[in-house]
Amino acid sequence: MSPFTEARMHLAVELTAAGRHPAAARWAGLDPATLLSAAHHAGLARTAARRGLDLALIPHTFHPDGGPLLDAVSVAARIAPVVAGIGLAPTATVTHTEPFHVSKSIATLDIVSAGRAGWEPAVSRTQAEADLFGRKPAEPADVLWREAAEAIEVVVRLWDSWEDDAVIRDAATGRYLDRDKLHYLDFQGEFFSVKGPSITPRPPQGHPLVVLRADEAAALPVAARWADVVRISAPDLPTAAEARDRIRSAVADAGRDPDLVTVLLDVEVHLAAERDRARRDLTELDRLAGAELPASSVRVLGPPTDLADLIGTAVRTRAADGVTLLPLVLPADLDVVAGQVVPLLAGRGLLRTGTAGSLRSRFGLRRPANHFAGATS
Amino acid sequence: MKKQIHLGAHFPGVNNTTVWSDPRAGSQTDFASFVHFTQNAERGLMDFVFLAEGLRLREHRGRIHDLDVVGRPDTFTVLNALAAVTTRIGLAGTINTTYNEPYELAVQFASLDHLSAGRAAWNMVTTSDAFTGENFRRGGFLPREQRYERAAEVVAVTRALWDARGAEVEHHGPQFDVRGGFGLSPLPQGHPVLIQAGDSAQGRDFAAATADAIFTLHGTLEAGQAFYADVKARLPQHGRAPGDLKVLPGVTFVLADTDEEAQDEAARIRRQQVSPQTAIAFLEQVWGRELSEYDPDGPLPDVDPDVDNVSITRGRVRHARDPRAVAQEWRDHAEAHGGLSIREVVIEKTGRQSFIGSPRTVAAQMDEFVQRDACDGFILVPHLTPGGLDRFVAEVVPELQDLGSYRTEYSGPTLRDHLGLRHPHAPLTRKESA
Repeated sequence: MSPFTEARMHLAVELTAAGRHPAAARWAGLDPATLLSAAHHAGLARTAARRGLDLALIPHTFHPDGGPLLDAVSVAARIAPVVAGIGLAPTATVTHTEPFHVSKSIATLDIVSAGRAGWEPAVSRTQAEADLFGRKPAEPADVLWREAAEAIEVVVRLWDSWEDDAVIRDAATGRYLDRDKLHYLDFQGEFFSVKGPSITPRPPQGHPLVVLRADEAAALPVAARWADVVRISAPDLPTAAEARDRIRSAVADAGRDPDLVTVLLDVEVHLAAERDRARRDLTELDRLAGAELPASSVRVLGPPTDLADLIGTAVRTRAADGVTLLPLVLPADLDVVAGQVVPLLAGRGLLRTGTAGSLRSRFGLRRPANHFAGATS
Repeated sequence: MKKQIHLGAHFPGVNNTTVWSDPRAGSQTDFASFVHFTQNAERGLMDFVFLAEGLRLREHRGRIHDLDVVGRPDTFTVLNALAAVTTRIGLAGTINTTYNEPYELAVQFASLDHLSAGRAAWNMVTTSDAFTGENFRRGGFLPREQRYERAAEVVAVTRALWDARGAEVEHHGPQFDVRGGFGLSPLPQGHPVLIQAGDSAQGRDFAAATADAIFTLHGTLEAGQAFYADVKARLPQHGRAPGDLKVLPGVTFVLADTDEEAQDEAARIRRQQVSPQTAIAFLEQVWGRELSEYDPDGPLPDVDPDVDNVSITRGRVRHARDPRAVAQEWRDHAEAHGGLSIREVVIEKTGRQSFIGSPRTVAAQMDEFVQRDACDGFILVPHLTPGGLDRFVAEVVPELQDLGSYRTEYSGPTLRDHLGLRHPHAPLTRKESA
């Protein structure tokens, strides 16, 4: 890689209904019904896509603190046919759900988006979430991530359970399918067993992009084994740089090439023409929420140049390979990012160009080989 | 006003009704196929598009069945994507109550209803075999007799969540313990339209108590009238009016310029649907034994069915009847028609289409079933993907409109509007409760 291309970065945005701040909807005067409408979500994705952002992350939890959250895979599927270009990575949790269903839903998102699907697996930590299902109690992080590792393995193996050329339509023998190219998983884990194969053929990308958080120790080995994109949060850039080094080492220890794993740093943003104004806005948001929103990661409150400067520094100092923007207020902050921050980054030569094709290709990844190819069923 | 016909459009399924060997047969999984099919159904002002689902690939003689179309995308994901490329048509998905948890289902159906602005429908199925359960955490341990108990509890919990409107829901039952809030309430339709598939007495009772539509088998006019009267008569005891439950049999159809040409075309399609290999597979299903040495163009086997081998085909509803009686019926049929071959018998016994004729003939026959109270409409099951409904929409729909039995425009935005269903909490009118 030349130093020039090394300086280029990936840009993702998290599209929560009204933004990261729990009082965002009230502050912006958004009708709660609007937040549940397809038009709202498609509009956000369209804004991000128009400026060439790589990836929209769509969060989900069964027990949201802020406003209601639609099922994230459903939102991504509703967006995909009407918003071109941008990758769509919904969160699908793996603690109280069935890996078989998750696998086919993400595979199908890849079908309806023509190869632009990603997936962020997440764990459900709280007793409040466990109570919605009533199947098992809340578990500690190490247990949750051991289970998540099994779920991810099953999801990915199910994607591979059909070889690409399994459908043959051979009139001479009356066979639609070459069943030797379909494979049972016979997965037996600590937490569950899954027979396979999937009911859904292998998705267009082979493996949709897997995005994982690696902020806690228990998640790191899972990310090192499975993630194409690793999300981190950090209070400042030096801390982020340490986390990135740690992740790259873990990826190498897991026998994978660290250069094929992209580390994205979370950056909370609220943009205004002046820093004072942005800070006053946050004070007002916190007042409406009745509590101060602690920063979950690096936070930029200020004009577009502040954000462009921070991103430039992050990439130059190898604190991250790119950022995930967490707008505190949507759609306002995203509009400023698209209208002003992206042109600044482009002007500084920080953005990649020529971003057609699959989501994997945007992240420099080839279509993966099939785990089962060549095996007999 | 004349009784109006309701139409659902069943995306071609993964069985031998769907013909893959035809040059016009497109991809069964490309999104473009779903878009073509659904936009065409919407052009035909149909009430809803319908997706089936099975959660384990079918096996025959211990191996994955390879003769029929195989492979389906995920139901919720396809329906949400279809919501993006249509504006009015209802979006009905088959979702299993045994291998899903009610809270997650409540979120998924609420999301579909919000994202489609009130077009969601749930075709509830209750499969619980251990074979399918092998793909799931919870396994297949649900005893058969508890299928409807679980289904009823799933409906109770999901409806309580949809009705929550900010309140905490707490449910404790034999199948589920669920406690928590539900931020996605209320839904545009109140509740998604609920379809029940299954004709058993248990299924009919469940539908009468719970469902907005019943997806049933199609038979003769008289059989339809008897079924229709039976399920409608079950409604008052649940405080419901006859219009609250629509009876919609699944039907196949063949169209041609003349009735005679349609009969020829129907015979040709049946031969496509029953290839020589498929004929033997059907035979093995009834006989319960391996019969691959038999010539599909030769006579039926002399050996009797192995009545103990009930698992030769798995992942598909098997003949509920005694296989010996079916075998005898097939032999009698072959003999009565001058010695039919295996393939000819299978074609005759498994594949006859419901409506065959010119567009005018088919429209008149369908109208008769509805006007004479054998049903409230149909779920159309075409044999080709993605164009299997094209001719029906272009030629039968105008005939139905000319008969005054079919809408010329959608009357409202939601699927409940299309089906003429009340909002779930609307009371009966005085006339209905009389």
